[in-house]
Amino acid sequence: MLADKDRIFTNVYGYQPWNLTAAQARGDWDNTKDILAKGRDAIIDEIKASGLRGRGGAGFPTGMKWSFMPKESKDGRPSFLVINADESEPGSCKDREIIRHDPHKLIEGALVAGFAMGARAAYIYIRGEYIREAETLFAAVQEAYDAGLIGKNASGSGYDFDVFVHRGAGAYICGEETAMIESLEGKKGQPRLKPPFPAGAGLYGCPTTVNNVESIAVAPTIMRRGSAWFSSFGRDNNKGTKLFQISGHVEKPCVVEEAMSIPFRELIEKHCGGIRGGWGNLLAVIPGGSSVPLVPADQIMDAPMDFDGLKEVGSGLGTAAVIVMDKSTDIVRAISRLSAFYKHESCGQCTPCREGTGWMWRMMERLRTGDAAVEEIDMLQQVTKQVEGHTICALGDAAAWPIQGLIRHFRPELERRIAENLREAAE
Amino acid sequence: MADRYLEPDTPELRARWGAFAFSSTWEEKAKAAIGRYPEGRQKSAVMALLDYAQRQVGEETGTQGWLPIPVMEYVAEYLDMPIIRVVEVATFYMMYNLVPVGRFHVQVCGTTPCMLRGSDDIMSACMARGMRVGHTTDDGLWTLTEVECMGNCASAPMVQINDDNYEDLTAQRLDVVLDALAGGGQPKAGTQEPGRHTVEPLGGATTLKDMVTENHDYRGEW
Repeated sequence: MLADKDRIFTNVYGYQPWNLTAAQARGDWDNTKDILAKGRDAIIDEIKASGLRGRGGAGFPTGMKWSFMPKESKDGRPSFLVINADESEPGSCKDREIIRHDPHKLIEGALVAGFAMGARAAYIYIRGEYIREAETLFAAVQEAYDAGLIGKNASGSGYDFDVFVHRGAGAYICGEETAMIESLEGKKGQPRLKPPFPAGAGLYGCPTTVNNVESIAVAPTIMRRGSAWFSSFGRDNNKGTKLFQISGHVEKPCVVEEAMSIPFRELIEKHCGGIRGGWGNLLAVIPGGSSVPLVPADQIMDAPMDFDGLKEVGSGLGTAAVIVMDKSTDIVRAISRLSAFYKHESCGQCTPCREGTGWMWRMMERLRTGDAAVEEIDMLQQVTKQVEGHTICALGDAAAWPIQGLIRHFRPELERRIAENLREAAE
Repeated sequence: MADRYLEPDTPELRARWGAFAFSSTWEEKAKAAIGRYPEGRQKSAVMALLDYAQRQVGEETGTQGWLPIPVMEYVAEYLDMPIIRVVEVATFYMMYNLVPVGRFHVQVCGTTPCMLRGSDDIMSACMARGMRVGHTTDDGLWTLTEVECMGNCASAPMVQINDDNYEDLTAQRLDVVLDALAGGGQPKAGTQEPGRHTVEPLGGATTLKDMVTENHDYRGEW
């Protein structure tokens, strides 16, 4: 088990105050000037060497992402860092804990990352429903300004850097980076076509990098403790520590920071008090938030919880939002409810997604009650393939994958319901 | 989102809201919001201003507020935007109420993580008190909405009422909260599970135990 001294988010449960004084006593904002004095390239190299991969779901190497930003502005356009705190993926609840209990890690990270990529300011886009969390974040940013840690000559580094908070208003799609940029510009959050990529033309047409809250908030600690420390956890290509969020049918759901690649069984046994009703009662797990396919019990039990380990069982780490389902679960309903979620959250821009999410949900509702023909399972599978990869953003894929996972692993259950429905109708 | 519609633009609506303007409190906040964006990018503040406008409408009506067309027009003019761009934003984001709501907006999360932990019971408990999804009760007290994942999955099931979250609910615990609100009280927000602080495992944290009692600095152990 990860030792407490190696945990980055020491106040994740909020037993202690979030304010600047308490955060500084825990080690935040400790001579940030020295970190910046290492220089932009040194910071990016250190983050690259640490093996940190984006914590928002896609897992793109963070240091490499920062290095895509222009070294200097040739045409006078400023650069921006946008921090994605629009945490809306069903199952995910880690950024909320960072923001309400350890906001200064995020704000310091914003300065370090912003400096490294040469950004003039950071916009933290926090989801609208995090009302109290946003209040904390606004107050923490103000504290940092008042203490001279950000703003003009931030932390005495000679670098000017602003941090602004932007509240969303209830739209899952704004977690997609270009939709977030549209939303920041005061429009509907509908994703943009890429290219141009945000690093070339993003917010207000300026070079922009969008990073997840957790990716940014771990950066100062990596700089203080070194890339070798961070990369001493987890398997190759899956380095570091990670906030896992376990919900559903475990004895004790919780959020906990652990080393990457921790086996599923160990994670659940150590922190969650086991599966409700014992391991024999485990049905399936959605290991990375609603967008990744479910994994049946026998395949997940000893799987390492990291990007590659979960890819091997046909799923993904996503945001490490682990949704556990025991044998009392109506598995078809559980996935159908996710289909309803995607139908609700489709932005309506691309036809395959706008029409497809509604169609898939209605089909799933019929399969839930068995009011369907067996061939329709294949038809549904085919439609998910017609949505997947045919939309501007990944929401179409995210809507398709849970259904594909269900069909792959629970087709006998779908057929059983159809047969039962036929039998009942005949009686 | 297709089931969202705008309250019709009637002479009565104009008479009631045609003269809407920010009070000094909200005006100050509006100016601060605009100041967060570069010169000439004031329309980035449209989301904040719509929120403020909705809250002011709420204050004036003793409810959680909503956005009548004349109020959207006011925001459009304030930010020098075409009205349709403001209406697009107001209709796209779910937190803007397009029709009047009650004093308490009960938003029950029904997405899978909450569903697995018993959100059906929470919804039934609301129905048992006379609430109906998408409606406001006749006494103007409760508006019930089923919402999508609110990001409280490790303390599910949960309900957001106005600005606060109530987590780790059971039907009985929700009743206690709703009774308190109806009686003019302010129940403790957050988890309703006795003995739980926030999102640590129930029964006590398995990690970072030093932090429970003191603001521990782990740097000495690095």
